[in-house]
Amino acid sequence: MSKIVEIVGAVGSGSSTARQQVEAAIERAKTTKDYNALLSLSENRALERADAIDKKIKRGEDAGQLAGVPFVVKDNFLAYGAPTTAASKMLQNFQAPLQATAVERLEDEGAICIGKANLDAFAHGGSTENSAFGPTKNAADTTKVAGGSSGGSAVAVALDIVPFALGTDTGGSIRQPASFNGVVGVKPTYGAVSRYGVVAMASSTDTIGCLTNTIEDAELVMDIISGRDINDMTTLPDFFTPVVAPKPAQKIGLIKESMGSATDPEVRARILEYAETLKAAGHIVEEVSMPILEHAVAMYYVIVPAEVSSNLARYDGVRYGHRATNAATLAELYGRTRDEGFVTENKRRIMIGSYVLSSGYFDAYYQQAQKARTLLIDAYTILFDSYDVLLTPVAPMPAFGIGEKAEDPVQMYLTDLMTVGPSLAGLPAMSIPAGHTDAGLPVGAQLVGPARSDAALLALAKTIGDK
Amino acid sequence: MRQITHEAVQHLAQLSSLQLSNDEVDNLQKDISNILGYIEQLGQLDTSHVAPTYQVTGLSNVWRDDVVSSGEIDREELLALTTETHDHQIKVPKVI
Repeated sequence: MSKIVEIVGAVGSGSSTARQQVEAAIERAKTTKDYNALLSLSENRALERADAIDKKIKRGEDAGQLAGVPFVVKDNFLAYGAPTTAASKMLQNFQAPLQATAVERLEDEGAICIGKANLDAFAHGGSTENSAFGPTKNAADTTKVAGGSSGGSAVAVALDIVPFALGTDTGGSIRQPASFNGVVGVKPTYGAVSRYGVVAMASSTDTIGCLTNTIEDAELVMDIISGRDINDMTTLPDFFTPVVAPKPAQKIGLIKESMGSATDPEVRARILEYAETLKAAGHIVEEVSMPILEHAVAMYYVIVPAEVSSNLARYDGVRYGHRATNAATLAELYGRTRDEGFVTENKRRIMIGSYVLSSGYFDAYYQQAQKARTLLIDAYTILFDSYDVLLTPVAPMPAFGIGEKAEDPVQMYLTDLMTVGPSLAGLPAMSIPAGHTDAGLPVGAQLVGPARSDAALLALAKTIGDK
Repeated sequence: MRQITHEAVQHLAQLSSLQLSNDEVDNLQKDISNILGYIEQLGQLDTSHVAPTYQVTGLSNVWRDDVVSSGEIDREELLALTTETHDHQIKVPKVI
């Protein structure tokens, strides 16, 4: 059952008001403060907008498809009413002079942004432990990580603070926290949603998507935020049209390499159960092999740091953001500003990026990774000749303990094993709740489809439901 | 496994405009060596007849209409984002 439709219905019929919805969401945000899901609340602006929407409804005017629905955005979306920090000291006090296109489109439909969600600083990480403002705690077990980098968005939805949140996904940053907290997470086809007004990380794989409690809600949000934007030249013409009746008897490939001994046995068990549910619904599930996938993390951690080193060059302390004091030279101003404003993981990625792009290493690392990326894309193309959808776990394990992987970046990177492939190939992929471990930790199933099959994937997932 | 020297890390930091403390350089030396050790596996793949992929949309030369736009943000609003200004300009330390 769609929570969004429920709220819109109640607000539209007068049995509730936008103000009541916003006040209740802010109240829930305050009572769940210990999870550290949200970095800021834009309470005043949200209440003003709610009152304006209530007035519209009273006058009998159209207040939009999402009238009165509160939501939060990951704090790398530029939005009014609160600073946009990217969970970094670099942007701690940055007040956005414009709003992201995705936020604007939701507000045009009457949705109300009530605050900004925690993330790994500059979206670099898979646990939200790299936030300069402390980690977010998992919604199911507060000793575990929220996942990341959209950890705050996932926990805000899992705790029912809001019915939906926006996130960004460059290599799994929506899907993995969705999996760790038992919510739906959608990473669309590359280019489906405008990135204008969102802090850039890796431009060739950055995507905008949503986290929700139900698949119906994800469908509604994606339908609104998708489409061409003059301010983001990589956006595709709008192709997202909700599919009412999914194709029967779809062929689904369960990728063997994602189900090996490196994957937690309980995760494997939940995915096999999900595959059985798909079969029971009349679909065909077969094991498929994709050996190149084992190199996807290595490709990702060459290409993405290269793009990160370029995108983060703009943070120099001059035009906006943190500025080191008393620097005698411009070089010192840059160097100290960046040392003070970035967390260690930002520095690691920038320096790896500088390394793989430097002359002498460019061919061996960067160019080789981009060629390997072609091999990866070719492998997907071949599989999609025979299969409609590919199935894997979202992550090799359920949420791990806070601090458990913090000391070893390579171990942390390996948690991205199943999510980086679709990112490098620009494919739509989503995390669907697929049950829990014995300890009560959520497990997510990842559905991956060919480019622009986003709506078909959601329709398929909807027929199976979310556990 | 590839080992990267302390000096090489300092050089990378300089290329990246990061003024790091010695402790940070030591820690990053270990991390970067481990990461480079991991990504070296890409060398095993035969890519001799493969073209690189830099972007996945297939879009090329997407133009907008050639009209002047301020992006609806005025100059003073942007200047307010920086800490040091002088005569409607951003101030930086002396370069030459």
